[in-house]
Amino acid sequence: MQRQENNPIAHLTAEDIEAIGRELDAIRDEVIAVRGERDAAYIRRVIKVQRSLEMGSRAVLLFSLFPPAWIVGTAGLSVAKILENMEIGHNILHGQYDFMRDPKIHSTTWEWDMATPANQWQHSHNEVHHKYTNVVGKDNDLGYGIMRVDENQRWHPFFLAQPLWNFINACFFEYGIAAYDLELGRNLKTKKRRRNPVFRANLKAVGRKIGKQALKDYVIHPALSGPSFLHTIAANFTANVIRNIWSHSVIMCGHFPNGVSTFERTSIKDETRGEWYLRQMLGSANISGSKLMHIMTGNLSHQIEHHLFPDLPASRYAEVAVKVRALFEKYDLPYVTGPFPKQVASAWAKVIRLSLPNRKPTPDADNSIPPRRPVAEPVTA
Amino acid sequence: MPVTQTLRNGAWRVVELITTPVVPTDYLDVIAPLRNPNVLRARVEAVHRETANAVTLELRPGRGWQPHEAGQYVRLGVDVDGIRLWRSYSVSSAAGQRSGRISVTVNAVADGVVSSYLLANARRGMIVNLDLPAGDFVVPARRPAKSLFVTAGSGITPVMGILRSTLHELPDVVVVHSARTGEDVVFGAELRALAAAGKLTLIERHTGADGRLKPADLDELVPDLFERETWACGPGEMLDALADHWSEAGAAERLHVERFRPTVLVAGDGGSVTFERSGAEVEAPAGVSILDAGEAAGQLMPSGCRMGICFKCVLPMRQGIVRDMRDGQITSAVEGDNVLIQTCISAAAGPCHLDA
Repeated sequence: MQRQENNPIAHLTAEDIEAIGRELDAIRDEVIAVRGERDAAYIRRVIKVQRSLEMGSRAVLLFSLFPPAWIVGTAGLSVAKILENMEIGHNILHGQYDFMRDPKIHSTTWEWDMATPANQWQHSHNEVHHKYTNVVGKDNDLGYGIMRVDENQRWHPFFLAQPLWNFINACFFEYGIAAYDLELGRNLKTKKRRRNPVFRANLKAVGRKIGKQALKDYVIHPALSGPSFLHTIAANFTANVIRNIWSHSVIMCGHFPNGVSTFERTSIKDETRGEWYLRQMLGSANISGSKLMHIMTGNLSHQIEHHLFPDLPASRYAEVAVKVRALFEKYDLPYVTGPFPKQVASAWAKVIRLSLPNRKPTPDADNSIPPRRPVAEPVTA
Repeated sequence: MPVTQTLRNGAWRVVELITTPVVPTDYLDVIAPLRNPNVLRARVEAVHRETANAVTLELRPGRGWQPHEAGQYVRLGVDVDGIRLWRSYSVSSAAGQRSGRISVTVNAVADGVVSSYLLANARRGMIVNLDLPAGDFVVPARRPAKSLFVTAGSGITPVMGILRSTLHELPDVVVVHSARTGEDVVFGAELRALAAAGKLTLIERHTGADGRLKPADLDELVPDLFERETWACGPGEMLDALADHWSEAGAAERLHVERFRPTVLVAGDGGSVTFERSGAEVEAPAGVSILDAGEAAGQLMPSGCRMGICFKCVLPMRQGIVRDMRDGQITSAVEGDNVLIQTCISAAAGPCHLDA
């Protein structure tokens, strides 16, 4: 289901799509060939800056009784938490820096400052969302299971309140993500699912993680601040909410803005590598902006490039984007991008628009991917 | 003192909560990388050039180090172009130095990525990763009455460690060393000085002029050859030839060898994959992922997206060689490396051993 007025790929032949796949593979190979020292030095430097900033901010917050200290400490901690989640955690957990063979900076060992344990998030994000990007019914990132984000989804009065849900979800995003990774709604529904040992073990792990995180931010550090106890609690809470709203906004910009396509479950049957690439291209949207903007979004401002090459070091996306964009132009495909406020507004507009019922989209529009060659190649070939 | 122990543990748990989700040492690493007891590292304190092709690195090991015995080796983890590569180097310094330092002597070998890198880039202040000392190329506590050391090239390094530590306890020592020329003898000056002082008998062989040393030559050079407890270190062919010579003479148990160059892995197409924990062995042809090959043979394996993006199928390769089916990149591991590989996009390019 290409939820577009006009099918953006109607002009492509199956051969075109496979050619796009080969060109993207070539872009990937170019980065792999030069990946090395620079990327390792980059992530180590970001980690060092982040840890210094976090230590410094928390030290300042020991005196958060004084308003200037509160403001400086809270601002610093918010930035530290954003960096930790976006440019460091998200990217390391994608295996982008596994090539370094440093056991400390590795997708199998990294744990982050989030309510959801890294390995549960890796399953729902790396495995489900990145493989089934924007496939309605498969990719739960579309609306996180609580929102209506597509005209073809059946409307229900429950969705009237979805702008509110979305705002609450933004403020407490890390807990929303934890619940989402647990598939809480689905797993609490029946007794059998509630008793499933895998679910119970995951639930326990989330509980432990949240306990430790909350103890850190709301008990230990405040206690260390002595007379600044309550101020430090407020500062840590504020930093967490700022981080949550920021990451929620960035992530909304990735797949929700106008011009992004969604897909039918049936359209990915026997999908080739070229078709998979094409779905990532059409299903993602970028944010334009400064270098600082890219760093603070963990380079998810290059969501299109990230979805094409989720395991390439994120700091390479800016240079990759030039070639990717040229490819979009060559094949006359929509490269959805825009400044942060515009993309956020566009995503929110969609959330609000779809909270109300809409006319059923014209059913006879031909939105299918062109016919394939008779023998589908295996995806990894 | 169980009470103080409990208090200490409790206090440590609070400190861990301060830094969760990382551990306190991760923060400390920013300031003091050698203080981390869980990740052994060393600082390069000095770099001495030995020959045109060899440098000695003086290392100060961090917390968690255990002193070595003379003749043992250590594994150094060095980041070359952003990738951590591990290589074994013999410790050339005497055991039990009061300064706590050790030294390793690195001989740059042809195509040696790490040794060439160290030769060109090792600087004072550089931090390297380190493993605990290992190896049984050591002189027993009951020192032999007569000993012989046969070395070639950088094979002298562990022997130098032994001589520096135990020479004063060894009554009768012969060293037969071969190198291409006189200048190529690593530690040449020191060896010659020891010989001049009458502490050992040094027989130098310069292969550039005299040709390669054959085991039969030793019969003439060292008349009481098989009466001596012998330690040999050098290229594989030399050690093989020596082993034959000693076993023909019925003296195999008197020869101790140290092989310092691991087998070079050459990428081919496909190979047998051994799952070391389950004991399963699978033939994995080129073009078939290790994940698919393993599953087809009934091996239980972690898996996820099956297209190389989710990193859920990562397993440690203890040794072997694989090819990335997407871009053809080769990844190899020798024993002790435990390189983590994505089994869904890796095809065997030779025999592989996985820790699964």
